[in-house]
Amino acid sequence: MTATTTPELVSYEDALATYDPVMGLEVHVELGTKTKMFCGCSTELKQDANTQTCPTCLGLPGALPVVNEIGVESAIKIGLALHCEIAEWCRFARKNYFYPDMPKNFQTSQYDEPIAFNGYLDVQLEDGEVFRVEIERAHMEEDTGKSTHVGGATGRIHGASHSLLDYNRAGIPLIEIVTKPIVGAGERAPEVAKAYVAELRELIKALGVSEARMEQGQMRCDVNLSLRPHGQEKFGTRSETKNVNSLRSVERAARFEIQRHAAVLGAGGTIIQETRHFHEDDGSTTSGRVKEEAEDYRYFPEPDLVPVAPSREWVEALRATLPELPLAQRNRLREEWGVSAHDMQSILNAGAIGPIVATINAGADAVSARKWWMGELARNANEQGVDLGSLPITPEHVARVSALVTAGELNDKLARQVIDGVLKGEGTPDEVVDKRGLKVVSDEGALNAAVEEAIAGNPAIADKIRGGKVAAVGALVGAVMKATRGQADAARVKELILEQLGVEG
Amino acid sequence: MPGITREEVAHLARLARLELKAEELDHFAGQLDDIIGAVARVSEVADQDVPPTSHPLPLTNVMRADEVRPSLTPEQALSGAPAQEQQRFKVPQILGED
Repeated sequence: MTATTTPELVSYEDALATYDPVMGLEVHVELGTKTKMFCGCSTELKQDANTQTCPTCLGLPGALPVVNEIGVESAIKIGLALHCEIAEWCRFARKNYFYPDMPKNFQTSQYDEPIAFNGYLDVQLEDGEVFRVEIERAHMEEDTGKSTHVGGATGRIHGASHSLLDYNRAGIPLIEIVTKPIVGAGERAPEVAKAYVAELRELIKALGVSEARMEQGQMRCDVNLSLRPHGQEKFGTRSETKNVNSLRSVERAARFEIQRHAAVLGAGGTIIQETRHFHEDDGSTTSGRVKEEAEDYRYFPEPDLVPVAPSREWVEALRATLPELPLAQRNRLREEWGVSAHDMQSILNAGAIGPIVATINAGADAVSARKWWMGELARNANEQGVDLGSLPITPEHVARVSALVTAGELNDKLARQVIDGVLKGEGTPDEVVDKRGLKVVSDEGALNAAVEEAIAGNPAIADKIRGGKVAAVGALVGAVMKATRGQADAARVKELILEQLGVEG
Repeated sequence: MPGITREEVAHLARLARLELKAEELDHFAGQLDDIIGAVARVSEVADQDVPPTSHPLPLTNVMRADEVRPSLTPEQALSGAPAQEQQRFKVPQILGED
């Protein structure tokens, strides 16, 4: 597909035998606010280009930005959840650059006064080991517009005759979260990178500040990586792989860069400080542009915005609203549900923790909530290639189905049909039960009649049971279930058969 | 003190994706020197007791509720654009990226 020449790589093991990787991860999270960071334009991304712009986000002369309160509140919540200190006073800054994705010719960001700084996030690796990733800062900024390059090959800038800009996305609030250099991860560096982004995504979702859907670009990761020979204190030159947009890609990009750096360094070459593009198809990275230095952006305090000075009362009030952090929650639930670390990991990977907890809160027991979300529903989501959360069924629906089963009004088979009906948009579980006529036959009269009929129709089997071969009852239960089109409670049917035959169960 | 070198001008030109001739580098180095010299006079009056100011008003926390306001129509948004295509702003070839 892409005509990129893959550079010679050193095997991962050889690279790690000589070098120690150092990583820095920068994650951009698009907030789920209703409006942009500095103006009242909607953030609901429409296909129709340039329908969500105003003089402020178009950078027209005289327009004045005003900060979105929920944007600041979300930034503080993220900072607190990452155990950061919250600035008592901080400013926005203009990051100047020559690129038309911001019509203002600068991006409003924060420079040396981030709203949150000095924190950490504990992440759990597959084998249960906990690795602490130190956080340098979390700051507020805005997203850029979307460019389409025309005239070149495969929509790339290179060779394009001109570009087209849609500014609907320009100005949507972003929080950029930057780690301190991650050292000491060794061969597990790519795994740590992936686990960090995964944990951060869980945290952001738990805070309710963004849906953090990576596949939709609501969360994007830049992977900075350098190598230094074992025993050397000084960091090597880093490369910055931009916009790595899935958990798996974060791991692959880190791994690839370790192997590439080792090859370059091993051959006596030097690493150029540059940005690199990640390619999903083969997991490689290719050279982007030579990285600007911070001073090239000519940052200066944004004169159109006044400083943000969150009162300690506000910060503490927000701290009091923080939910239980995802890692602590998983450890607690693991104990409560009595599941293994491996099962908990599967539940996490399936994105099922939230739905299961919500289903339990809606009244279902833990076992059945887990069974539905990790069974029928996970299968359905997989088939459609969507998140569990995107299925057209709510935790309340699942809890209702579970309640109907507990009450004996549905058996397992019927319950699956009800779930199917809800997923197909036929209404709530009760509506599906009504419309499809899916109720366990609990009318004893009707059941007794069906049982009588089954006994009369199978005299040989009935005799066997009378003679003490109780196990043969299964055949008669089957006949009754068939006669009632599966809508009877099998356990009750069995009782009735034995009762009518005068046999103790 | 002033002393903008032609290397610094060349660096700025690269950031701005401007192609400057050798004589222009010298020309602009001199001009930039004059501008910076003029601005630098401010620091002669700003003593230790004058804190740097980034905003003329002693305000903090001016914020807006997260409520949607009407946006411009695409026609209005694009009305000042020198060129447009497919309801988008059309810009010349972008250099120095990719």
